[in-house]
Amino acid sequence: MTRVLGWLAVVALASGLLVGFGIAPREMTQGNVQRIMYLHVPAVWVAYLAFAVGFAASVAYLVRRRPGADRLAHAASEVGVLFLGVNIATGAIWGKPTWGTWWTWDARLTSVSVVFVMYVAYLLLRQAVDDREQAARYGAVLAIVAALNIPLVHFSVFWWRTLHQPPSILKSGPSTMPDVILTALLVNFAALALLGAYFVAKRVGVLAAEAEALA
Amino acid sequence: MAGDSLIRVSGLVRVFGATRVLAGVDLEVAPGEAVALLGANGAGKTTLLKILATVLRPTRGTATVGGYDCVREAEAVRGLVGLVAHGAHVYDELTALENLRFWTALAGQRRPPATLADALADVDLERFAHARVRTFSTGMKRRLALARLRLARPRVLLLDEPFTGLDQRARKWLEGALETHKAGGGALLMATHGLARDLTVADRLAVLAAGRVVLDTLRAGLGIDDVQRLYAAHAEEGP
Amino acid sequence: MTFARRTLTVAWKDLLVERRAKESLNALVFFSLLLLFLFQFALGPDRDRLQAVLPGALWLGFLLAGLLALGRAFQVERENDCWEALLLVPGDKSAIYLGKLVGSLVVMLVVEALVLALFTVFFNVDLAAAGAGLVLVVVLGTLGFAAVGTLFSAMTAHVRARELLFPVLLLPVLVPVLLATVEATAGLFRGEPIGAVSRWLGLLAAADVVYVVAGILTFDVILEG
Repeated sequence: MTRVLGWLAVVALASGLLVGFGIAPREMTQGNVQRIMYLHVPAVWVAYLAFAVGFAASVAYLVRRRPGADRLAHAASEVGVLFLGVNIATGAIWGKPTWGTWWTWDARLTSVSVVFVMYVAYLLLRQAVDDREQAARYGAVLAIVAALNIPLVHFSVFWWRTLHQPPSILKSGPSTMPDVILTALLVNFAALALLGAYFVAKRVGVLAAEAEALA
Repeated sequence: MAGDSLIRVSGLVRVFGATRVLAGVDLEVAPGEAVALLGANGAGKTTLLKILATVLRPTRGTATVGGYDCVREAEAVRGLVGLVAHGAHVYDELTALENLRFWTALAGQRRPPATLADALADVDLERFAHARVRTFSTGMKRRLALARLRLARPRVLLLDEPFTGLDQRARKWLEGALETHKAGGGALLMATHGLARDLTVADRLAVLAAGRVVLDTLRAGLGIDDVQRLYAAHAEEGP
Repeated sequence: MTFARRTLTVAWKDLLVERRAKESLNALVFFSLLLLFLFQFALGPDRDRLQAVLPGALWLGFLLAGLLALGRAFQVERENDCWEALLLVPGDKSAIYLGKLVGSLVVMLVVEALVLALFTVFFNVDLAAAGAGLVLVVVLGTLGFAAVGTLFSAMTAHVRARELLFPVLLLPVLVPVLLATVEATAGLFRGEPIGAVSRWLGLLAAADVVYVVAGILTFDVILEG
């Protein structure tokens, strides 16, 4: 099962590369640098998807107290941190040639990095607790608070500073994005989502094996 | 007896990090019965008491108190058990009387001041009713914890080293109180290091070693030397 | 009724302990005062620059003092393992959460009121102009702060390196509260009416509701040990 997921991810990533570099045209104002977007934007979607899974699994753990739900929450949050890290790093790489700086405190960069730090703290907490059951309970509570906090972080940071170009896809009204770029984004999103799912499945397996070895 | 045990533990496993503190414990305690848990440090005595008190959750296996499951029906169990573990469950900055008042108020029990004073007198602390617990010795704190239990009157007592730090008088009072508890149909499970003089209340001895009950025997008829010998033979055997 | 009684019993206990352990409350006020001095030294004597960063400095001071106050809130339950007994008292554990929250909130508000009074003296700010709006911002902001802080303080009480982990967990979560309080305070200091900062007050109120509800729903899980 996990293996199938892995191969699917490989195929999807290959098609993502093909669409992103081969089919999608060179963007007129930004040039080839714009192609980073095909990694940058899907990465943040997958990260938030992973946090949503982590939230749901954490609630499920607190209700049913099945260790499996906790392992899913743990793995999903780890993968979320990984993809959000990719998003921030690619954003900085894109920002240097485009804005002339690696980092600015603009609204989206700031809010995403606050969320990133929240979930890094989650991983630190899990590391600091030795007892599996205790780590699961504390982790679930923190994951729930962090997920509920994401909208608050976004609103506060956006009100605090809005310099960034507004997100292009979720904006209301007709999409300004050419279909081919949108397709490239969606193909890469599917590819990264599959890759994320593969990582989560693999991590859940490792965590289960660890628990098995000790129980 | 099997049908109406107040405490029933079967196949209990508790893992901490990479350590199996309990590795499959089976134990029953009937109403009116007192069982002494013996074992070296780290044998799992405190862990077992805490699981029964619903303070810790088992990794596997079941524990019930009064027929209620310690995990799924924890609130019902909490109404039945009284725990005195290493901590005395008292606030250092409050006086002895304020501590008793706080805990009874939190439990929703309305106790007249005279009752609280009586409870303090029982454990020989009436002269210190208005002294802050910060100034108390370990033994005094322990006596205050016992006074609190006396007010709550739980059906099942879970005591961790209850005689440690008590002087002769307090020890005598505690033995009396535990006998009364048994006579009233209550169950008692207490962890001790196996000093024979702590065992007079116990009807049965259970020796824990490497996370299992390695010996479960009636105390009647065993002399001090027998207990020492049994303890040495079983409790020290490593995993 | 009994729920409210239990809440107040816990709050009363915490405040009594806090009053008895006077040295820590005194140290907390003194610490906040020291922070004001440090800000002055770090920012230099330029009045205009100082005015511009005052709201941020003020809330940073509240935040650091609050971290100390909240970090200690569960130390008192750790000594003599009182948290075990709190768990074992039958009944809704959220009353205990709310009681501890009320206790911490009162302590923090007292410290903040003292710091604000000293603030007006040292930095020559006219707080009366900010008036009721400022009180509202302080109360809403401190409530959100204390609501998460109480929950996380209980969580880190049993964890290794808790002095370090507590702020590491708390600070990122509190970013919305910090932004909203600083922006609202800045607006009020500039002489804007409450209506002009209502967006921030709304955000603070929403955050307070989210945090308090999350605390009520999850506290028993934390208390389990």
